[in-house]
Amino acid sequence: MEFTPVIETKNLNLYYGDFRALKNVNIKIPGRNVTAIIGPSGCGKSTLLRCFNRMNDLLENIRMEGQILIEGENILAETTDLIALRKKVGMVFQRPNVFNLSIYDNLRFGLRIHRLMSKKSDINEAVENALEHVGLWKELKDKLRKNARSLTLEQQQRLCIARVIILKPDIVLLDEPCSALDPIATLKIEELLQILKQDYTIVIVTHNMQQAARASDYTGFVHLGELVEFGFTGQIFANPKEKLTENYISGRFG
Amino acid sequence: MVREGFVKYMKELEKELSEMNQMVITAIQRSIEALKKRDIEEAKKIIADDLLVNKKRWDIEDKCINLIATQQPVASDLREIIAVLNMITDLERMGDHAEGIAKIVILIGDEPPVKPLENIPKMAEITIQMLKMSLESFINRDAQAAKAICEEDDKVDALYDKVYQECLAHMIKEPKDITKATHLIWVAHNIERTADRVTNICERIVFLVKGSMQEMRISSY
Repeated sequence: MEFTPVIETKNLNLYYGDFRALKNVNIKIPGRNVTAIIGPSGCGKSTLLRCFNRMNDLLENIRMEGQILIEGENILAETTDLIALRKKVGMVFQRPNVFNLSIYDNLRFGLRIHRLMSKKSDINEAVENALEHVGLWKELKDKLRKNARSLTLEQQQRLCIARVIILKPDIVLLDEPCSALDPIATLKIEELLQILKQDYTIVIVTHNMQQAARASDYTGFVHLGELVEFGFTGQIFANPKEKLTENYISGRFG
Repeated sequence: MVREGFVKYMKELEKELSEMNQMVITAIQRSIEALKKRDIEEAKKIIADDLLVNKKRWDIEDKCINLIATQQPVASDLREIIAVLNMITDLERMGDHAEGIAKIVILIGDEPPVKPLENIPKMAEITIQMLKMSLESFINRDAQAAKAICEEDDKVDALYDKVYQECLAHMIKEPKDITKATHLIWVAHNIERTADRVTNICERIVFLVKGSMQEMRISSY
């Protein structure tokens, strides 16, 4: 598998106090693809995902060793601008976390924080583009002043994705983005990922193996803090190289 | 449409199957032409090109396995993938039969045939038509048409019987031609087996549409 990685970790170790949650993780994630990280609960997959925009820094007693390169730049360096990093590497969470504001203001929020644009016409255009991108524009264009919490969960999750991409990130991280959604809404979000990957590098953590199989191009399997296997999703699910991966994906443990 | 991506994969699979169907039709046509012209060089090329048919089969099988492993197909989607897996096995064997004819062309060499070729090209023509129609009925999900194609196999069987009887009669009359006549029977046998395999494909189309396996006409051979 030869590609220039957009995200790469080198001997990454992460400790929560004395607990070593990630062990010498070396992963290379290609650009403009969907990469899924799978593994049993507590294996460290979300921890690994949160490394990519240093969201773990918000927790106490955290220590990291090794390197995390985003487009070649080590983001563990002391000089890293975390605000800029999190704009470049956006994140969507398990439950849609829309603000108690209008749909329009939810989208404008990040633009204001990052002082990206001030002209109303520019903001309007950015809002329209972001909503269009996540497939919400047609249904919401006349309801932009409605409170975002009045939307369905699927719409809210789409809005959360729009709120990330309006900031023009390079990478979108999704941590179990469908766990609060029903199966049809889940499939719709998966379809959305196929569209988004044309413009962004997508990394998704999911406990739903079928989702990883359906929606990703590459899959990494994490177990007890170690990256056991990484490869094309078709290969991982049809012909994994590691017995441990096979046992997990075939439901023999997990 | 919720699963647009999956639908796209299935369409690609159908396209690949169409391509393989066409590859096999071309191989049969070329082998019969090589036989008519006693073209040994062309026969060698046909033998070499069979590797491409085999490769196509493995490529499609790979795609089917990936779809089952990653897309959790159910109902008619699952039946379609299973049907395709079986159909490519039959198509691959048909390619082998065309290759078999090419090998016989090499054995025959420059020797003129014991009698003008008439029924063998007819057998090939009907078989190719059956193959074309089987693809159409697959694309249209037309079980009725698939069943009707199987009836054509009787015509191929009848022609095979004719070739066999004629060759046998000739062998009795001209024992020095036994080898040459046997070669023609082998050619006819290869085509007859090919037509039988088209009926297998038609059974799979019925399975895909109706959800149950039904034995079509039992071939006389």
